[in-house]
Amino acid sequence: MSVDKIWVLAEVADGAPITTSLELITAARELGGTVEAVAYGDATASVAATLGDYGVTTIHDVGDLAGSLPGSPVAATIAAAVAAGSGPDAILFPATYDGRDIAGRLSVKLDRPVLTNVVDLSAGDGGLVSQHAIFGGSQMLSAKFTGEGPQIFVVRAKSFAAEPSGGAPAAVVSAPAPDTGAANAAKIVARHVEERSGPKLDEANVVVSGGRGLGEKDQYALIEELAGLLKGAAGASRAIVDAGWVPYSHQVGQTGKTVKPTVYVACGISGATQHLVGMKNSKNIVAINKDQDAPIFSVADLGIVGDVHKVLPQLIEALKARG
Amino acid sequence: MNVVVCVKQIPDPAAPGALDPGTKNLVRAGKLILDDSDAYGVEMALQLADAAGGGEVTLVSMAPNGETSGLRTALAMGAAKAILISDESLAGTDALGTAKVLAAAIKRAEPDLVLAATESTDGYTGTTPVQVAELLGLPSVTFAKKVEITGNSVKVERQTEAGFDEVESPLPAVVTVTAGVVEPRYPSFKGIMAAKSKPVETLTVADLGLDAGQVGAAGARQEVTDVAEAEARSAGEIVVDEGDGYTRVIAFLEQLKVL
Repeated sequence: MSVDKIWVLAEVADGAPITTSLELITAARELGGTVEAVAYGDATASVAATLGDYGVTTIHDVGDLAGSLPGSPVAATIAAAVAAGSGPDAILFPATYDGRDIAGRLSVKLDRPVLTNVVDLSAGDGGLVSQHAIFGGSQMLSAKFTGEGPQIFVVRAKSFAAEPSGGAPAAVVSAPAPDTGAANAAKIVARHVEERSGPKLDEANVVVSGGRGLGEKDQYALIEELAGLLKGAAGASRAIVDAGWVPYSHQVGQTGKTVKPTVYVACGISGATQHLVGMKNSKNIVAINKDQDAPIFSVADLGIVGDVHKVLPQLIEALKARG
Repeated sequence: MNVVVCVKQIPDPAAPGALDPGTKNLVRAGKLILDDSDAYGVEMALQLADAAGGGEVTLVSMAPNGETSGLRTALAMGAAKAILISDESLAGTDALGTAKVLAAAIKRAEPDLVLAATESTDGYTGTTPVQVAELLGLPSVTFAKKVEITGNSVKVERQTEAGFDEVESPLPAVVTVTAGVVEPRYPSFKGIMAAKSKPVETLTVADLGLDAGQVGAAGARQEVTDVAEAEARSAGEIVVDEGDGYTRVIAFLEQLKVL
């Protein structure tokens, strides 16, 4: 199977396509053939220029979802295009809350398998070959589909660089969702935006993360304070998210966010494989941990074997003194 | 109110993982334990059934080798019974095949609500619960950080990039819960003893009326073509803090022009 046409889910937030979607469009362009996008919401027309600039020729616009969660209606639109013979050979989803929902629903509608946690894609015999980081990113596994397409991939953030190609604005084609009945019965009744003082975790230049070594929930304040002083974002290991100290949205790792900041500061984090896969591609890594055998030191550019309860307050005081 | 919780029994995540050299599937031959991620769904189910004034919590799980030790942990927490689909033909089943098996088993339990973790700790595909919902024609709400039942509907606070959405769905529905949203109870001694005699119904793929071609490695329609060592980071400098460790951090940040 040759891959001549690739669709990418273009998620839109705050009136612009999310970075991961632009990364996937760039990757799709490099893989050759036509790149088209699927988008939903009320701002699709306003992103046609940006998507075109990255190489999208056509946007299949599902339109406003009237409070529905995207999973069922957007999957139905894509499935309808496939049934009509105008669908893609491969479709790439960003590994977001909604991207995974749509990919899962689509997989059943088309009775096609899905490959998730993809970190790289290349063209191979019979379609695309995907790469997956396993065992904390110490090994790379390559996989491919053996059956009929379309091939469905869910790709992690920051797997590719997003680069515009200077294309003309994309054509917007209305592609309203067919009625999906009870499967589409969940409705958003209110949206809440949580105040954030610093940059977003996955866009920050500096990320300071805390783990079980902090000892107790209240000590996470040290992480937030240090992150604030470094104009960075505060992250967390899975252990302290599972323990209920901080919300899931802070989690860095396999089951959380992938980050690639200029500096990642891991405080009281042992470096379980689950965590490493989400941060080991940071440009520079500082680790502070009292256990000198902790695996986090194997990826650290600077490792401080010491107690976070001593080192962090000293660091915070010294940074405050600099003003 | 009857709640089904999808649970997975996985190799101990603290032990180093390994791939089968032939199939390149994750080795699951040793003792399996309840995935930590699933303890939140079990706890949530017990609390919701309790708040609704009763009802049963049923576990649904799939394992190739008849493993029940993880299920006993969840039964000891308070679940009433379990359905285990175990069949040699299941080895190598992918997320979609797993969803087909789970959906067929869940249908038999006729639940008001299906709970699952957002993803498993060993495979972390993260699509199975939504695939189950689509197979059953049910609405789904993923990444729930709060779940409430009011009458015949479920109200969920769903994690988003910007904050959270309040989502309402009629029942039955499939909801996935993030970790840390409830505190899973430790099984009591009484619970552990009671769990030993709680019913675990073991079914085969044929019992569910599924075609064996839809599961296992053949049903997966995907293959691992290669496994290679990833590029390792070069070792850095490790210093023992003697009261001045923080100055090394500051010097490093200055060098990177972060300060």
